[in-house]
Amino acid sequence: MAKREVDEVSGTETTGHEWDGIKELDTPMPKWWLGIFYACIVWAIGYWVVYPAWPTLSGYTHGMLNHSQRDDVTANVAALKSARSVKEAALRDASLADIQRNPELQQFAMAAGKTLFGDNCAPCHGAGGQGARTYPNLNDDVWLWGGKLSDIQHTITVGIRSTSPDTRQSQMPAFGHDGMLKPVEIGNLTEYVVHLSGRPADAKAVARATKLFADNCAMCHGADGKGNRSMGAPNLTDNEWLYGSNREDIADQITNGHGGEMPTWGGRLSPEEIKALAVYVHNLGGGE
Amino acid sequence: MQITQAKTAQSPWRLDHYFVPLVIFLGLLAAIVEAARSPDPRMVMQAWTFGACMAAFGAWYMKTYVGRTPADEKNFYADAVIKAGVIASTFWGIAGMLVGVIIALQLCFPHFLYFPDLPWTNFGRMRPLHTSAVIFAFGGNILITTSFYAVQRTSRARLFGGSLPWFVMWGYNIFIVMAGTGYLEGISQSREYAEPEWYADIWLTLVWVCYLLTFLGTLWKRKEPHIYVANWFYLAFIVTIAVLHIVNNLAMPVSFLETKSYSLFSGVQDALTQWWYGHNAVGFFLTAGFLGIVYYFIPKQAERPVYSYRLSIIHFWSLIFIYIWAGPHHLLYTALPEWAQTLGMTFSVILWMPSWGGMINGLMTLSGAWDKLRTDPVLRMLVVSVAFYGMATFEGPVMSVKAVNALSHYTNWTIGHVHSGALGWVGYISFGALYCLVPWLWKKKLYSNALVEWHFWISTIGIVLYITSMWVAGIMQGLMWRAYNEFGFLEYAFSEVVLAMHPYYIIRAIGGLLFLTGTLIMAFNLWKTATSGQPVAAAQPVLAAEAA
Repeated sequence: MAKREVDEVSGTETTGHEWDGIKELDTPMPKWWLGIFYACIVWAIGYWVVYPAWPTLSGYTHGMLNHSQRDDVTANVAALKSARSVKEAALRDASLADIQRNPELQQFAMAAGKTLFGDNCAPCHGAGGQGARTYPNLNDDVWLWGGKLSDIQHTITVGIRSTSPDTRQSQMPAFGHDGMLKPVEIGNLTEYVVHLSGRPADAKAVARATKLFADNCAMCHGADGKGNRSMGAPNLTDNEWLYGSNREDIADQITNGHGGEMPTWGGRLSPEEIKALAVYVHNLGGGE
Repeated sequence: MQITQAKTAQSPWRLDHYFVPLVIFLGLLAAIVEAARSPDPRMVMQAWTFGACMAAFGAWYMKTYVGRTPADEKNFYADAVIKAGVIASTFWGIAGMLVGVIIALQLCFPHFLYFPDLPWTNFGRMRPLHTSAVIFAFGGNILITTSFYAVQRTSRARLFGGSLPWFVMWGYNIFIVMAGTGYLEGISQSREYAEPEWYADIWLTLVWVCYLLTFLGTLWKRKEPHIYVANWFYLAFIVTIAVLHIVNNLAMPVSFLETKSYSLFSGVQDALTQWWYGHNAVGFFLTAGFLGIVYYFIPKQAERPVYSYRLSIIHFWSLIFIYIWAGPHHLLYTALPEWAQTLGMTFSVILWMPSWGGMINGLMTLSGAWDKLRTDPVLRMLVVSVAFYGMATFEGPVMSVKAVNALSHYTNWTIGHVHSGALGWVGYISFGALYCLVPWLWKKKLYSNALVEWHFWISTIGIVLYITSMWVAGIMQGLMWRAYNEFGFLEYAFSEVVLAMHPYYIIRAIGGLLFLTGTLIMAFNLWKTATSGQPVAAAQPVLAAEAA
């Protein structure tokens, strides 16, 4: 059956088998192939001798190095902690004012703050703190709850309308939704707010809304509409808007009283990390 | 030929004539019970889907087999089922690659074809649809199809089991439909490359056992004294996938009327089981099975003998024995014990040469026929596939080394590695096989060699864009994640790294789009070949006469 023949092209014998016209040459295995194969096996055996490798009945072979990834991780984390420790301690002990006065410490806080900001704050406030609709811009000098270092530190720690018992808290009423104002009144108030922001508005509507504003809005936003940071009430005269600037947006805000939430970071980040974040945010451009 | 016919005439009682209708009947019954009794609306949907599939299969079976003998059974080789497989493979290939392009674009532009009101348009549901469609629907159909073709020719025997191969073909594709519609409805057991839930797994087990029976039965009937090497690889693939599939999917359903089930494994044992499965799915489905294609289609198309019989034996057995150990390299630097990581890594490195044995045999089979690479684009596709195989099986061991993996793990480098294997190796060897099979089966001349050239070059550019962008993105991602600034803080926030990936994701999507374009060109070419190609005298009757 097996009819060995010599292949003309290669001069190698076939095995003498044939399947559907396919024959096989009896070429020896390439030497380099075998060589590398054996070398890999030898290397692996060497690795097994040196490192943990094979399970046994009561454990595993630890290898000459008795290596442990867990020890490596512990050592790496410890090394990182000790590398940071001096400045971290300085950060812990320093007051916010001290940090601002000490360029070296400030630089350290900024470096830590940048990473913390990217991983914790950027999802809402944007990678550069530029904000988005309903998420305040942190680069400008418009602050709802205050732009001093201590204000920022407090806001980060307790959050806004958060689950923390100490949270910064305020709630604008949903004047339209809850039937406190009629649609006509909301329309007039909208014109009043547009007027406050220095844009042309219907003068008659503004006149009609003057009393409405004093009765309903001035308590929080102030008689002059310049806001009140102790209540997180925005300044209505600066033409900076969290929920939109056009008349529909403003009417919607009066109707529904939107208010965003910011989580409390007090439990998640350490006091030093929050300090660093406060310094970072303060230095984004708008700090007071 | 005459012998087969005579047997059919003498003994009209055939087990498959009872087995297949019985399975269809029980399948319909199960579907009706589930649809009527299940409190889970998604299970009801799945039951209707399965019932519709069973009804279609049943109607086809009655039309084809009841009271008549289909024309195909009069031929020496069972080729009708292979033709169906060619069509199914091409269809699923296009579907799977299209979904791939969509999700690649969703990674660049998250709102691309994503509608919040239609949860099935979500990336999370379409991603397993893509992976399963290209690996199991496209790749799986290619493997069943080519193995049915090659095992008959190299055994000089008709497929075993009468209509059993048809059951395998229908059953496997019904599994694909159940899996795919399940993902879109949000049904997943969250196991990588094994997302279908318990009922689909049970169905696949039944189909797979029948596949094994068909294959073994055909080998048993063979008229050749020896089993050809391609069949060793196909058999290793079928047997190992059965074992992997069953063990990885051991689970307890919450209720037989609901989709949800709980795995037998938990914790790090579960992780290891999943990657033992996952890596050997790569090893035995995407490697051993497709090496079967190399060993049949390359010598056929090159018309040259296989380079080295001895190499084929050694690399076969070493591949089989060593691959099964490599799974833990997916879990380096995790809770998996360090000794298990060491074994995964070292066996992966040892695996390098056994993998390359297949490459050497594939490439060197061309010695004496290298000139054909210039003139035969189909052969070129097969051979370039083997070159990509060599590249991917070198990259794999490199990435399994702990120090390299520390950088590459969880990054896009992994995606690039997978796709150099998937597009370059599995994709090209499958395209090559389809370009061979359609002319052989339909007995036509290939419609256009020029279109094969276009397919080859467009998709090659696509692969290069895909792989290089993912290499750059992956290495960059790994370096950015581990970068510390001078104060000991991470240099980059996670979101910054995501942002840095954007241009590479766009390049990747373009690469994928080019690859899909190539596949569409192929589908057109194959369609024209089958429907309007020039008829050629078939080689088959000669063999049939020889057998008789």
